[in-house]
Amino acid sequence: MTDHAVDHRTAVAPTVEKDDHSEGMAYLESLPRRIVTLYIPLFIIVVILLFPFYWMALTSIKPDEQLIDMERFNPFWVIKPTFKHIQKLLFETNYPQWLWNTMYVAAASTFLSIVASVLAAYAIVRLRFRGAETVGALIFMAYLVPPSILFIPLASVIQAYGLFDSPLSLILVYPTLLIPFSTWLLMGYFKTIPFELEECALIDGASRWQILVKIIIPLAVPGLISAFIFSFTLCWNEFIYALTFLQSTQNKTVPVAIVNEFVDGDIYKWGSLMAGALVGSLPLVILYAFFVEHYVSAMTGAVKE
Amino acid sequence: MTTIQTSMPGAGKVIPRSSAWDRLRINRNWLALWFMLPAAAFLLLFLAYPLFLGVWMSFTDDRIGRGGVFVGLENYEWLKDDSIFWLSVFNTLLYTIVASAIKFAVGLYLALLLNRHMPFKALIRAAVLIPFIVPTVLSAIAFWWIYDSQFSIISWSLIKMGLIDHNINFLGDSNWARASVIFANIWRGVPFVAITLLAGLQTVSPSLYEAATLDGATSWQRFRFITYPLLTPIIAVVMTFSVLFTFTDFQLIWALTRGGPVNATHLMATLSYQRGILSGRLGEGAAIATAMIPFLLAAIAISWFGMQRRKWQQGTDND
Repeated sequence: MTDHAVDHRTAVAPTVEKDDHSEGMAYLESLPRRIVTLYIPLFIIVVILLFPFYWMALTSIKPDEQLIDMERFNPFWVIKPTFKHIQKLLFETNYPQWLWNTMYVAAASTFLSIVASVLAAYAIVRLRFRGAETVGALIFMAYLVPPSILFIPLASVIQAYGLFDSPLSLILVYPTLLIPFSTWLLMGYFKTIPFELEECALIDGASRWQILVKIIIPLAVPGLISAFIFSFTLCWNEFIYALTFLQSTQNKTVPVAIVNEFVDGDIYKWGSLMAGALVGSLPLVILYAFFVEHYVSAMTGAVKE
Repeated sequence: MTTIQTSMPGAGKVIPRSSAWDRLRINRNWLALWFMLPAAAFLLLFLAYPLFLGVWMSFTDDRIGRGGVFVGLENYEWLKDDSIFWLSVFNTLLYTIVASAIKFAVGLYLALLLNRHMPFKALIRAAVLIPFIVPTVLSAIAFWWIYDSQFSIISWSLIKMGLIDHNINFLGDSNWARASVIFANIWRGVPFVAITLLAGLQTVSPSLYEAATLDGATSWQRFRFITYPLLTPIIAVVMTFSVLFTFTDFQLIWALTRGGPVNATHLMATLSYQRGILSGRLGEGAAIATAMIPFLLAAIAISWFGMQRRKWQQGTDND
């Protein structure tokens, strides 16, 4: 490998070193070798990962006759795109209502969880009460309890509280998915804030509450954004609780409604089905596009702890 | 003098009151209790309590609309002789083992690719994560269309390439259906594994590779003796999560096949939903869900020992 690469080092080295000196050894590789070992596999994987979205978007703007006639029209492309499916979705179904339900439930439960997580994380990291470490470990354990083993007993709990078929049931239940994760993430952020800041404030007579609101929270904003984005995405994505707890059509969230309300024998359903999936994904993708770094740090931060 | 005199009475007044209210306000343990209260309330009411309730329900003959009575192990005895239950256990294990193994291999490979220098690195990394952002059900719906028995784009492409002569019945044939849902699960899980492992890779110092290269290590040796050992702890955590979520997967299956054809893709979670909620036999559904717990504990235990190995490698003090 090295013999072969050395011949090409002069050609590749300048561009590499200019951009990123942490990849100091990249100059050992020749360009053809990079194409075979890096670009081609990466290209194939990225195409496979993104193809379903391309297909989703393409189908949602394809006229019906092109959808089912794959001989006369190349299925990988669209001639005379139509917005008929999206229009039908937005004006002839309850889709806007479902979208609103999803957003409302996600925003409310994310807000509740973040408030609860900030308080809990602060208490565990900084108050260091008796048993703080045990509580931290228990919260991590709660992260490992999957919804699939809880939805049956929860359904009867929800029924007993009279919350069945109400968005409130989801708003109260989703925090159990979000709090363990957000608390764990925020604990990591709070640990990095210097303790001295807090001591100064204590000497100046600030209460713990004032310290939390005026010092810790402003310094932990990146962590809060990460927790918010990740929690919001998780709520939007949640399926089994929403499927179990919600009954009436107008209360459903997008994932449940797509699966239950659109599925009929109609051969032409695909256009509006794909439009529904596309419109339901776009808000998250847009949000993600603005906060990629926060999202990634949330995902990796929780794992690294 | 004056200042002392004015401040003294004030301080004197505070001291007697401090006994009750201030102790609650200043004492760390009490204060922490207040801070922990909201999170604890959510987790106890909607997580810990249902967890125990679920185990209890599995010993009753609870049905929707009427309370159940304690029936001991009857539900489990039923399940023991239920071939569909054992099929779902088999499916779940197959699904978890195959999907997790491939997710790990492809995810690690993708992470190694993304860790190399290339143009538009940030953009590619952001694009790779998109399958993880989009709600599983919505991407499953796209897969449903891709796997359609008549208009599947995969069948069409393979026919045009001359590799097959008729459409593949992706979701109608048992083995094809299993392969299809496993593929969709891998597709969805690879980004998570890749991006988290990439974060781990980025913490590995490049000087280690430089030193190894000077000593004449091949690229495989660099991976085997530098990357892999340093990555072990994060692999343990990532794979625990991956195995856990794959094992308890529900939404992908429900959106794609609902357990069909002929129960070939029923996982324990989907069977539990079908028996517990759709058929209304809550007790039996809870028993299936409870039967998942030993498997989950085993998965957690295995990764826990993975973590222990890290402690042993790095010395006991690791935080």
